[in-house]
Amino acid sequence: MTEGRMLRRHDARLHVDRRAFLRLGLASGAASLVAACGWDGGNAIRPQLLDISRVNDWVGEKILFSPTRLARTYSSAERSAALPSYFISNMMPMLDDPAAWRLRVDGLVAQPLDLSLDDLLRMPRVSYTVKHHCVEGWSAIASWHGVPLSAIVERCRPQPTARYISFASFDAGYTNGWDLASALHPQTILAYGMNDNPLPPAHGAPLRLYSPTKLGYKLTKYLVSMTFTDTRPGGYWEDQGYPWFGGI
Amino acid sequence: MTENDTPLPLVRRHHWIVRVTHWGTAVVLAGMIASGLQIYEAYARFGGRGGPFLPSPFDGTQFPHWSRLGGWLAGALNWHFALMWPLVAFGLLYLGFLVRSGEWRSLLFRPRDVRGAVAMAKYYLHLRREHPPQGKHNPLQKLAYTSVVVFGMLAVLTGLAIYKPTQLSWLTALFGGFQAARYWHFWIVWIFVGFTITHVILVFAVDPASLRAMLTGWYRGRFPSHD
Repeated sequence: MTEGRMLRRHDARLHVDRRAFLRLGLASGAASLVAACGWDGGNAIRPQLLDISRVNDWVGEKILFSPTRLARTYSSAERSAALPSYFISNMMPMLDDPAAWRLRVDGLVAQPLDLSLDDLLRMPRVSYTVKHHCVEGWSAIASWHGVPLSAIVERCRPQPTARYISFASFDAGYTNGWDLASALHPQTILAYGMNDNPLPPAHGAPLRLYSPTKLGYKLTKYLVSMTFTDTRPGGYWEDQGYPWFGGI
Repeated sequence: MTENDTPLPLVRRHHWIVRVTHWGTAVVLAGMIASGLQIYEAYARFGGRGGPFLPSPFDGTQFPHWSRLGGWLAGALNWHFALMWPLVAFGLLYLGFLVRSGEWRSLLFRPRDVRGAVAMAKYYLHLRREHPPQGKHNPLQKLAYTSVVVFGMLAVLTGLAIYKPTQLSWLTALFGGFQAARYWHFWIVWIFVGFTITHVILVFAVDPASLRAMLTGWYRGRFPSHD
């Protein structure tokens, strides 16, 4: 192979390259317009994406979730300086008459319950300092204390057909649906306290659901009732497309 | 202008599994990155609430509208968690093929390739006139194709670490915790972007015939030999 032949071929290649580059640029520009553009999949693909999300829920619930594995706990010295709070009402939800507040436990149970805050305070108590994970990607460490949900389940005795719990709030109708296994996890509690103090209104006073095995949007604040069901309950964010299981 | 020198041989180069997984991964990865940039927007920094934050020039960055997929956080999450399946499937199919066919031998960068990689680097930096002799892939290509597979695995593993930080807490801890795993997951994106840009430039600048080979499987170009 001589130097001259190499050079000639080199020239030819450069010529082709310019056209090819142009074609490539046009093609990739068109591709990214089609692929992205802040597009959510439209009516054609959105239902399929939600179907796959159901499959991912199943994998999260049946394969990855362990009913006994405990989330890592921290010392209270490791608490974050701040934990953002969210509610969907225009103003922070507050009870007009806190003394009249009750937690209603009903649905597919042998023993429906109406529990006051004092009733809950007399029940077994769990406290821990854990990392809170928000679906947005932030995390923060805080301490929580309250009644293990399993203690409520023991009292109300769900019927064999009960598979889910629907948690309802007085925050503009915010709700969440949970599977029973996640609800019975030893770190799933109905929290009436945070960082050694009574639960503040910003974080769901007087009672909120808490668990370090779920994303924050699954942890219903401002609780008023929990209803045992045999069909999967919806939820405020879940009905808008967020993953139903929300397990981490 | 015609190529009037000795005709180059037409050789079979890429198995259909390699071609399908190559283009499939390209499309899926584009979707993963675009939905990932939409997810990033919800909390555009790395560190727990209140800080401290890991150093990043992209703190608070909102990536351009055209680069994002999903419309909002939930839409982007559903895209991201749907596309993770074909991404992993393509990856496993590709690696399975490399192992079964023995093709990994012409792709895996090994210590003996270091000398050749230096020679190739010199050639690209115009410190060496002649293109070093090579087999199917030169040592720098081997380095690139080996490391992009490693980064692909890291992308999946860091992704799992932030997907299930409680159930897979050992994995999350391995990457330095939840926020650090987010950080690495995010930075791997830019390695993929850099790889892709370099890859495409080199295809057109050095060996345009390889584009046809990746489409049809047949190669007629400067580097026809096989290892």
